Amino acid sequence: MKSSANLRTLALWSVPVLFLGIFFFYPLSSILRYSLGRSQTGILQPFLEAVTSTYLLKILWFTVWQATLSTIFTLLIGLPGAFLFARYQFPGKALLQALSSVPFVMPTLVVAASFVALLGPRGWINLILMDLLNLTAPPIAFTNTIGAILLAHVFYNTTIVLRLVGDFWSRMDPRLSQAAQTLGANRWQALWFVTLPLLMPAILSAALLVFIFDFTSFGVILVLGGPRFATLEVEIYYQTVSLFNLPMAAVLSFVQLGCTLVLTIIYSRLVTRLSRPLSLRPRSYNQQKLRTWRERVYALIIVACLVGLLVTPLLALAVRSFTRLEPDRGSLQTNHPGFTLDFYKELSINRRESIFFAPPSTAIAVSLGYALATVILSLLLGLPAALAQTHSNNSPINRLLEPFLMLPLGASAVTLGLGFILAFNAPPLDLRTSPLLIPLAHTLVAFPFVLRSLTPALRSIKPRLRQAALVLGANPLQVFLNIDLPMVARAVLVAATFAFTISLGEFGATALIARPDFPTIPIAIYRLIGQPGAINYGQVLALSTILMVVCASGMLAIERLRIAEIGEF
Amino acid sequence: MKIKFLSFLVVFLITSACGANLPSITPTPSAPRTLTVMTHDSFAASESVIQAFENQNNVKVQILTSGDAGTALNKAILSKGNPLADVFYGLDNTFLSRALDEDIFEPYNAPGLASIPDRFKLDPQNRAIPIDYGDVCLNYDKTYFSTHNLPPPQNLSDLTKPEYRSMLVVENPATSSPGLAFLLATIGRFGEDNYLDYWKKLVENDVLVVNDWEQAYNTEFSHFGGTRPIVVSYGSSPPFEVIFAEKPITEPTTAVITNDSSCFRQIEFAGILKGTKNRDLAEKWLDFMLSTTFQEDIPLQMFVFPVNPAAKLDERFTKFLVIPDETANIPPQEIASKRDAWIKAWTETVLR
Repeated sequence: MKSSANLRTLALWSVPVLFLGIFFFYPLSSILRYSLGRSQTGILQPFLEAVTSTYLLKILWFTVWQATLSTIFTLLIGLPGAFLFARYQFPGKALLQALSSVPFVMPTLVVAASFVALLGPRGWINLILMDLLNLTAPPIAFTNTIGAILLAHVFYNTTIVLRLVGDFWSRMDPRLSQAAQTLGANRWQALWFVTLPLLMPAILSAALLVFIFDFTSFGVILVLGGPRFATLEVEIYYQTVSLFNLPMAAVLSFVQLGCTLVLTIIYSRLVTRLSRPLSLRPRSYNQQKLRTWRERVYALIIVACLVGLLVTPLLALAVRSFTRLEPDRGSLQTNHPGFTLDFYKELSINRRESIFFAPPSTAIAVSLGYALATVILSLLLGLPAALAQTHSNNSPINRLLEPFLMLPLGASAVTLGLGFILAFNAPPLDLRTSPLLIPLAHTLVAFPFVLRSLTPALRSIKPRLRQAALVLGANPLQVFLNIDLPMVARAVLVAATFAFTISLGEFGATALIARPDFPTIPIAIYRLIGQPGAINYGQVLALSTILMVVCASGMLAIERLRIAEIGEF
Repeated sequence: MKIKFLSFLVVFLITSACGANLPSITPTPSAPRTLTVMTHDSFAASESVIQAFENQNNVKVQILTSGDAGTALNKAILSKGNPLADVFYGLDNTFLSRALDEDIFEPYNAPGLASIPDRFKLDPQNRAIPIDYGDVCLNYDKTYFSTHNLPPPQNLSDLTKPEYRSMLVVENPATSSPGLAFLLATIGRFGEDNYLDYWKKLVENDVLVVNDWEQAYNTEFSHFGGTRPIVVSYGSSPPFEVIFAEKPITEPTTAVITNDSSCFRQIEFAGILKGTKNRDLAEKWLDFMLSTTFQEDIPLQMFVFPVNPAAKLDERFTKFLVIPDETANIPPQEIASKRDAWIKAWTETVLR
C-alpha cells in the first residue's frame, strides 16, 4: 500500500519534474557553470570576493528590507479587499475584480509615467494640494523614492492576494465563525481565532508569492526607484550586461536562488502544519448583499482604496491616450487639451513602411495566442504536481521536491535567457531561436502560481470523500474527475487567470526571443516608447490602453467560463 | 492521464525541435537561402529596402532581435563558434572592445569601406564595420526658455550656474547608453582629473538622475509635462519632434546644444559572426548595409545617421538637424580599459 502510494506520487511528479529539469535546471546550471568557469582566479574567488566585501551585504539587506515592507503593505490592502470579494455581492463587483488584475500586466515604464502624471511634481495631486494649501513647491516628492517603489509593488501585487486569499475565503464554511459568535465571541475574536487560522495557508501562499516577486523586482526598482536603489536582480543585470562580469553575476544568482529556496522551505514547513481539511461551500452560499449601514460603509472604504490605488493610475493613462496636448497651429504656447483618436488611428498606419510594422490586431492575436498556450501548458503541468503534493502529504518525495518548484521565480530573466543560448545549442533541442521558447518561458513563471492556486484547494478536500469514492469502486482517475476536479474548479480558474495575465504582461523573457514581425503587445509598446516624438508617445498610451482592455476582457471571459458550481457540492 | 501528458510533451519537443531546424535544411538550388541577422531590439528597416536585397540575391533575410544592445552582444558571445546568426549588427563604440576581446567576428575588408571617412573606422582589422552614428547631446525645451525669458545654456559649464538650477535631467551611465555617452562627453571636455569636480557642481545645482532615456525624455523633460527643461538626449531628437508631432508643426519645439565638444558620438558597427555557414551572403549583406539604399533608409527607421557620405538625407534633417563640428574625443581603447572605473567613480560622487 505504502509503496504503491509512493509510486503514484512519483508518477504524478514525473511530468512537471521532467519539464522543469529540461527547461529550467539544465539551462540554469549551464549558464552558472559557464559563468564561474570564466573566472580568471578560480571558481571560489568570486564567492570569497562577494562574501568579504560589504557590497553583497548591502544589496541583500536592501532587497530583503524593501520586499518585506512591500509584502506587508500589499497584505494590508489586499486582505480587506479579499474579504469584501469573498463575502459580499455588490453591483460592479465583476468589473472591479477584472480591473484589479490589470496592473499585473502593465509594462513598468508605462506605469511609471501614469504614476508621475498623478504624483509627480506637476502631477494632478501635487497641483491640487498646492492650490488648496497655497504652497509654492509641490508637497509630495515621488520620483526616485522608496515610497515610489513600495507604491508600485502594492499596485502590481495586490491582485495576487485578492485572487489567492479571496478565492479560498469565498468557499470557507461560514458556520464555523458563526458558531464562535453564537458561543459569545465578538466579530473580531471570531476573525482572529477562527477565520484567520483557517485562512493561514492561503495567506501564506499569497505572501510568499508577493514576497518573491518583490524580492526579485527589476523594472520597478530601475524605473521608479531610480539609480540609488538596487536589488539583487538589478545588480545581476548590471553585472551581466553593463560590466560583463559573469562570475560575479553567477554568485549573485546563487544568492538569489538560495534565498528563494530557504523561503520556500520555511513556507512548506509552516503550511503543512497549518492546513487542515475543511468542508468547502459553494460561493453563492457564502456571499450576501450589503445590508447594514456598517457593511455599506466598510465596503465603500475598501472599494475606494482599491479604486484609488489600482484603477486611478490606469484611468489616468487611458484618459491621456485620448487627449491631445500640443497646441493647434497658430495658437501660441497655450495648451488646449482636446479629445483625439489620432493615437489609435496612427497605430494602424505604417508611416515609415517599416518591415517590422505590426498592426495592433496582430499584436493582440500574438499575445492571446501565447497566453492561451501558457494557460494550457501550465495547467497540464500544475495539476499533476498539485495532486502529488496533496495526496501524500508527508511523502519524503514531496518534502524533497516541493521547494524546488518555486525556484523559477527566483531566477533572473537575463541569466536564464543566456542559459537557453548555452543549453539548447544542438539538435534535437536547438531551440535558441524558436518562438516556442516564449510560452515555455511564460510557463516557467506561471507554474509556481498555478501550483499555489491549486494546492490549498486540493488540500482542503476531506480525504474521506476520496476514500468513500474508492470504496464504492471508483478508480483513481474517476476520483480525480468526479471529486477533486469539481471541488477545485474554482481554483483551476484562478490558476488559469494567473497563467493568462503572467503571459500577457511578460516582457523580460519575451524581449530576448521575440520575433520582431510578430510582437506581443508589451514588446510593441517598448518598441514605440524608445522613439522620440509626441505621436509615438501617444501611441504608447493608446497601445497600453488596448492592453488593459484585452486583459480586463480576458479576465471577464474567464469568469464567465465558470462551471456551475452550486450543483457540484 | 500520465501517458497523455508524456506523449504531449514528446510531440511538443519533436515539433519544436523540427521547427527550429527548418532553416538549416539544405535548400534545393532554386529555393532561396536564409541569411540571419542578429541585432538589438531598436533595429528597423523599410520593407522595400530589405526586399530589394532579398530579390537581388535570391535570399530570405531573417532578423533576430535579441534584447537591448548589451544583452544581444552577450548572446552573440555565448553562442560563439556555433552562432545563432550570420551577421551581428548594433554594436556601439562603448561595447566595441568587448566584442573584439571575445573574438566573435571574422574580418571582412568590405570594398564599400573605401568611401567611409576614417574617423568612423575604429577597428583596423575590419572585423567591426561602421554602419551609422548618432550624437548624444543636451536638448532643451525652447518654449520653457522663451516663456521664462531666460537664455538657454550654451555649453556644459553653463549648467553649473545658479540660473540653471534644478533644470537638468540626465541618465545613469551604469544603465543607459546615452547616460554613458554623456559621462564620456564630460570626461572628454574636462579631462579625467576634473570631470568629477564638474559633476559635484552639477549635484550642487540639483541635477536629477534617472535610469533610462525613456523616463528622462518622456516623463521628466518639461516638453512632455515634467519639470526639467534640459535633458540628455540625441542630436536627432529635435527633427524627430517635427516628423512625429501630434499635429504638423513647422519647426522643432526643442533644440540641441552642440558647442565646445559637448556631445559624444556613438558609432554603430556590424560584423560577420565567426563560424557562419553563409560567409558569401554575409559579405553581400554588409556591402548592402554600406550602400546608399540601406544608408538612406537608416535615419527615419532608427533615428541615427549614415556613415556613408554619399547617402542623401531627408530635407527635414538637412533643415533641422544640427551636427556638431567637434565631439568629445576619447579613444575606444581608453573607453574599454577605464569605462568601469569611470562609472564606479561617478556613482560614488553623484549617487552616494
